[in-house]
Amino acid sequence: MSIDKDTVKHISKLARISLDEKKINNLSKDLSSIMKFIEKLNKLNTDKVTPLTSIINASLKSRPDEIKDEKIRDQILKNSPEKNEEFFVVPKVIE
Amino acid sequence: MSEKKFDYFIDGKNDKWEVIIGLEVHAQVLSKSKLFSSSPTKFGAEPNTQVSLVDSAFPGMLPVINQFCVEQSVKTGLGLKAKINLNSVFDRKNYFYADLPQGYQISQYKNPIVGEGEVILDMPYGTKKIGIERLHLEQDAGKSIHDMDPENSFVDLNRSGVALMEIVSKPDLRSPEEVNSYIKKLRSIMRYLETCDGNMQEGSLRADVNVSVRKIGDKKFGTRCEIKNVNSIKFMQMAIEYEARRQVELLESGKNVNQETRLFDTKKNITRSMRSKEDAHDYRYFPDPDLLPLKLDESLINKLKKGLPELPDEKKERFIKDHNLSPYEANILVSEKEISEYYEEVIKKCDKKLATNWITVELFAVLNKKNLPISQSPVSAKNLSSLIKMITSGKISGKIAKDVFEKMQAGDKNPEDIVQKEGLTQQSNPKELEKIIDSVLSKNQDKVTQYKSGKEKLFGYFVGEVMKVSKGKANPQLVNEILKKKLH
Amino acid sequence: MSDISKFSLTEIVNGIKKKDFTSEEVTKSFIDNSKKSKKLNTYITECFEDALKSAKNFDKEKNYEGLLSGVPIAVKDLFCTKNIKTTAGSKILHNFIPTYESTVTNNLWSQGAFLLGKLNCDEFAMGSSNETSFFGSVKNPYGDKLVPGGSSGGSASALAAELTPATIGTDTGGSIRQPASFTGTVGLKPTYGRCSRWGIVAFASSLDQAGPMTKNVKDCALLLQAISGYDPKDSTSINTKVDSYSSKLTEQVKGLKIGIPKEYRVDNMPNEIDNLWKKGIDYLKDAGAIIKNISLPHTMYALPAYYIVAPAEASSNLARYDGVKYGHRAKGKNLIEMYENTRSEGFGDEVKRRILIGTYVLSSGYYDAYYLKAQKVRQLIKDDFDKAFKDVDAVLTPSTPNSAFKIGDKTDDPVSMYLNDIFTVPVNLSGLPAISVPAGHDKNNLPLGLQLIGKAFDEQTILNLSLAIEKRANFKRNYKNWWT
Repeated sequence: MSIDKDTVKHISKLARISLDEKKINNLSKDLSSIMKFIEKLNKLNTDKVTPLTSIINASLKSRPDEIKDEKIRDQILKNSPEKNEEFFVVPKVIE
Repeated sequence: MSEKKFDYFIDGKNDKWEVIIGLEVHAQVLSKSKLFSSSPTKFGAEPNTQVSLVDSAFPGMLPVINQFCVEQSVKTGLGLKAKINLNSVFDRKNYFYADLPQGYQISQYKNPIVGEGEVILDMPYGTKKIGIERLHLEQDAGKSIHDMDPENSFVDLNRSGVALMEIVSKPDLRSPEEVNSYIKKLRSIMRYLETCDGNMQEGSLRADVNVSVRKIGDKKFGTRCEIKNVNSIKFMQMAIEYEARRQVELLESGKNVNQETRLFDTKKNITRSMRSKEDAHDYRYFPDPDLLPLKLDESLINKLKKGLPELPDEKKERFIKDHNLSPYEANILVSEKEISEYYEEVIKKCDKKLATNWITVELFAVLNKKNLPISQSPVSAKNLSSLIKMITSGKISGKIAKDVFEKMQAGDKNPEDIVQKEGLTQQSNPKELEKIIDSVLSKNQDKVTQYKSGKEKLFGYFVGEVMKVSKGKANPQLVNEILKKKLH
Repeated sequence: MSDISKFSLTEIVNGIKKKDFTSEEVTKSFIDNSKKSKKLNTYITECFEDALKSAKNFDKEKNYEGLLSGVPIAVKDLFCTKNIKTTAGSKILHNFIPTYESTVTNNLWSQGAFLLGKLNCDEFAMGSSNETSFFGSVKNPYGDKLVPGGSSGGSASALAAELTPATIGTDTGGSIRQPASFTGTVGLKPTYGRCSRWGIVAFASSLDQAGPMTKNVKDCALLLQAISGYDPKDSTSINTKVDSYSSKLTEQVKGLKIGIPKEYRVDNMPNEIDNLWKKGIDYLKDAGAIIKNISLPHTMYALPAYYIVAPAEASSNLARYDGVKYGHRAKGKNLIEMYENTRSEGFGDEVKRRILIGTYVLSSGYYDAYYLKAQKVRQLIKDDFDKAFKDVDAVLTPSTPNSAFKIGDKTDDPVSMYLNDIFTVPVNLSGLPAISVPAGHDKNNLPLGLQLIGKAFDEQTILNLSLAIEKRANFKRNYKNWWT
């Protein structure tokens, strides 16, 4: 399936990446050729195959209900590009 | 039994409409730490102090599931008489939001941990079974605060990663009253199980409400709207009323209902469209590759089954059968875990029927007046039990008991102490009573004559006088007996 | 003392233990080489001063208990290192300083090694040439116009140029084995679950695995032993015993059955690759192994399936880079604009392509056609290997369909770049261990590697077979130093 410019715009919106017209053009070309390559899979009939859910043949391991990580706000906020003493700060959210 | 008939319909211009409601309840799992990280879940902590590197989605951080949360959701599933799925899968629900640090929420999409179950409601028109579609485990998001700064929003991730059970009902509810009853029952079951504290003010219990309408007699469901994140039963009921009327008006004027997400505006009491959330939503669910499928052992489920407490429906049955309570009384006593615990504590040492009356009439009146939950009752179960025991043993009269009960409320005083200190013990000594009665009769010779000549109504007057003199302590039965003898 | 850097990791470990040289001397020698090698562009962050301090400290304390006591090691900049900038080769993390240490690097340090620096790589490990790094292309010691392969290109180049005695990379579709092959070094991707992924910047969670990159097979065994092990912080890590790979290492492979899959003989494969493969077969026959022709019928579908699974997982894994918690943030009038600008400025073209492909294949209406289909294909590929491994102990293939190519040669055509991983990707899809061992040069004197694929958790067998090949191939990294 070829990926036209509108599709590029749609998925870049979903992925929250802004693109200019030139990038959209290039991506439409690149993504289409990648999808063409991917669609080699269509030659293979997989109707009766169960999809793989995990390559590890094991059950999910769990941890006990214990508190370990608390009060490390300094660490959590340290790398934030915009913060105050208590919070991450982001541009106003429009509901 | 005289049962009321179900009568909640919307009267349109031309038709009567039935309201179809389904609920997605988000119940916070009672656990010390979060679903996939070891940070605490306590309510009301300083912003961003209950956040681990996992909750704030630092590069390379990985989720590890909390075994207790898994068991809590299995227990809840068992309490809902639901199918427990031995294999379930965690999926990622992808969307961007400031309070969703990973850019996805770990949830369960196609293979939830719990399948179909049911909840029984006691409605005035009989019992009603509400189907449960599924229960799945998922992470809560953080919180964006919009009103602390004009240009910016602040993000607090304390809730990020807290375990939630999403309990999805079938579209079996038909009125705001049923919704009220359903939420309360669900909450009650989870509180019996101790899997969720059900505290709606603190957000441990929230719901999305799906509403549609159809003409009476129609088989097909109408298009539904989802009202997001309503956090009190009252608002849910108001939202449903409003939304159902809105849909009926649309349909009767020949328009369509759009399937959409709506918000309940608690200031205007209306629902409104959240179009901003609509357009970009494509959650791109896929199995979380950081987690393996969750496999449960039959043995674990059996262990949890054995450890289940008696749930409200079973308790109610037992109260009716073994305690001779009416279904109405039993219902009240099991409606909340704490009430049933209180009742069972009281009846350890006293009469069940009398205990039921005292709890549901006297105690509830006090609690209502003081607006207290039973867990903060000014009178403890132990002391109420002693009080009732004094009544049945004849130590005090029912009337005195009410005065004592009044006095007990100031600091949960022991009724025996009150009775002793204030000398309120019932006078059941016939000689003592005879003395009082004799003096009453001798002071009222004229009335005695009138009584003997046929004015039998005066008997009550004599009893009253005796009680007055004895300050209410005279045993009324004995007074009756002695008086009758003397007046013959 | 400048020739310490020519020694292997094992020789250095032993030399320090025997006090032939001090840790400080070792460290200085690699720092000197590194300082003279800026043209290779292998380092993103140099930790030379701290490394010297650690070395001096080691020489004072003389604690020889670890497997890697006193050894400086530079690692791929995809491992989070405490208080040391960790970029994943991306602008979006250009200023990120973790407050935590990845389990795998932590394992190195608890075996007595210390950090020499953070090595360049393709952005978020997405690439086969190290050209997608925000910090510029890395050059191959075999030629200033040649790529070192990718995504662990900085690691491979630094190792081959003797700027570090050994290194660790990560391998999602061949990112250890392909650059090892392009630089004449040994690289091993362990079984999925063998090494913890905790603290490694994620690309595709179900495929990512850290692994050793070394000068020879013996070193590889040693380093694998050091980094392996169960980690309760990684739910996909497996709790099975870690062998002492290096002490058990042997070239006695007599009687082992080696599968030669006919599907790896692809169209347009250069004769030299085919010849190398034949040589590999001869080496193993010579060592007493039994050669068997086998079939892995779904091989041709591996790469297309990979380019669904890996981008899909990546599109979700990279959603956390939104300018809120760490890294680059662009301006924006509102939250959404800030996200869109941050991610547009912060990610390079290849990362954008993969995020968008991943978003597309997961989007509403396409999930079954792409993602689910790919997971089915993955099952078929895994079944192929499971079946093959009933008859054979390991599988021998070329590591890559070609030798190192020129910088810029494949950047205009993403699919031609992807084809470089055609032999390495099936292994990641099946979770199996595989190693690339240098076995010869092509006509342009560029190194070529052979790949041995093993059964799950049987790294020992492929290490032993690699040793048998190494002994017979007598491979020498014969590049001419053009960069100092």
